[in-house]
Amino acid sequence: MTPTRAQTNALAATLRAGFEAAGAVAVEPPILQPADTLLDLYGEDIRARAYVTSDALRGEQMLRPDYTVPVVQMHMAHGADPARYTYAGEVFRRQERDPNRANEYVQVGYEIFEREDPAASDAEVFALIAKALAGLPVRATTGDIGVLMAVVGGLETSDLRKNALMRHIWRPRRFRALLDQFAGRAPVTAARRALLAGEVRSVAPLVGARRQHEIEARIEALKADAQVAPIAPRDVDLIEALLDISAPMPHALARLHDLSVDLPAIVPAVARVAARQAALEARGVDVNALVFEASYGRSSMEYYDGFVFGFRASERADLPPLATGGRYDALTRRLGAKLGDGREIPAVGGVMRPGVMLQLGAVP
Amino acid sequence: MTIKLGVPSKGRLMDKTFEWFGARGISLARSGSEREYAGVVEGIDGVSLVLLSAGEIPRELAAGRIHLGVTGTDLVHEKLALWDQSVLQVAELGFGHADLIIAVPQGWTDVDTLHDLDAAAAAFRVHHGRRMRIATKYHRLVREFLRAAGVAEYALVDSQGATEGTVANETAEAIADITSTGETLRANHLKILSDGLILRSQATLWKSRVAVLDPQKRKSLTDLLARL
Repeated sequence: MTPTRAQTNALAATLRAGFEAAGAVAVEPPILQPADTLLDLYGEDIRARAYVTSDALRGEQMLRPDYTVPVVQMHMAHGADPARYTYAGEVFRRQERDPNRANEYVQVGYEIFEREDPAASDAEVFALIAKALAGLPVRATTGDIGVLMAVVGGLETSDLRKNALMRHIWRPRRFRALLDQFAGRAPVTAARRALLAGEVRSVAPLVGARRQHEIEARIEALKADAQVAPIAPRDVDLIEALLDISAPMPHALARLHDLSVDLPAIVPAVARVAARQAALEARGVDVNALVFEASYGRSSMEYYDGFVFGFRASERADLPPLATGGRYDALTRRLGAKLGDGREIPAVGGVMRPGVMLQLGAVP
Repeated sequence: MTIKLGVPSKGRLMDKTFEWFGARGISLARSGSEREYAGVVEGIDGVSLVLLSAGEIPRELAAGRIHLGVTGTDLVHEKLALWDQSVLQVAELGFGHADLIIAVPQGWTDVDTLHDLDAAAAAFRVHHGRRMRIATKYHRLVREFLRAAGVAEYALVDSQGATEGTVANETAEAIADITSTGETLRANHLKILSDGLILRSQATLWKSRVAVLDPQKRKSLTDLLARL
């Protein structure tokens, strides 16, 4: 049964009131968002996900695909520190493949901007959402993108390779291809060999804004990088072992501890997972029933760079997630850099979909 | 009532389509003056000719306003999100061959593959403070292709014509466009990435999956398809 708009709005109001009772300030950002900020953050992919509209005065605008960016911007412009926010309203998602997926639905969110105790903030968001979903047949999955980022940061290889891998953390296929290449597992193309041997020349005049010195700089960097030893097979295996982890949180944590013996670079990131588990337990979450997947959220949650989580209906794989969220310190850093003053603030949040909750039998 | 056949309204594509049907005993022609967009069909009953811009034919097929239409694979794939649910390919017509490709300046000696393009785009963004621009009119196809390949730090800019010139004019750093011989690319000092082929396209006859057919129209359609 598809819930009515009135039922959805009623449940959204109840959820938002619950978040207000937990200390959040209710905010109402505009539906129309300037397109350039979203494009700068997410790149061209956002056009496949968001509706773009325009007028002659303000240029391109987007119907908000989510609340994260406007809430962060609002907070950075004039927010208290620390701060908690909640909101409820429609978001708009362009759909080009599946006519059964909603292109307009109500989201209710809760966001925490706090520097002091990230594990406690992570647990607070998760526990509040878990409580709001209590009684519904749902299953939660968690992960932590920060562990994979720590592995990449700790690899014994060139900065060029680390940066390339880091840029593609959220694109698993590209990441895999790069890893194979840097580990010497993929053949070097004839074109690349010729380039490194200095045999590639162009007689055509160079056109466009990318200048000769930029081309030469990249060739020099590639030549230098060709002298760097391949990433050790052992490190590739460790990355694979990490990405394979999918188990109840305490078991996953034990495996992360094992891996950190061989990968000391992940020790701080694993300590954060452990601190989070303790904080979740302190909030009464049954962590034994909570799955931790090391690769969770990699393909769908760009800019989440720490804790990530999602709740899905246990028996209804056809339904979209009822709630998703995570830590997005990287996004506040990026937006801070755009504001020009390098401000950043650790942030974690989550969103719920009252419409899907109703489909699963929630009472408005 | 007749079934409607949509054909590009001008140029080589129209002439070659007329030839293709002519070779199968069906004569298509423009009625009246050169400037009139109405057509006549001879050699078969129950079929009427609709002359349209090639770019509008996918939309008309998907809306069921024409039963058959001739246009390029590129336009069908670009303009119809779930194209295989709204149209059915009847025949490739063997002309209008064009490849949708990604091209960069020949002077970019360091860039041969999509992987290189991605790395160059990341460096470009750091150096110039903005994303590398790719000029195209095939936004959806290019975006999907680059996403599947994991190329991220670019921006598409719209170019509805003379796309090869955008690089020299510095309104784009690379292009994604259709090419048949590569002549125009070379003249504009551009080269195709070795793995930069997005789609092979040619003029194709499509059948609408949604256009309504009464028994009489169904017979006309069956007769026509039998002749082709």
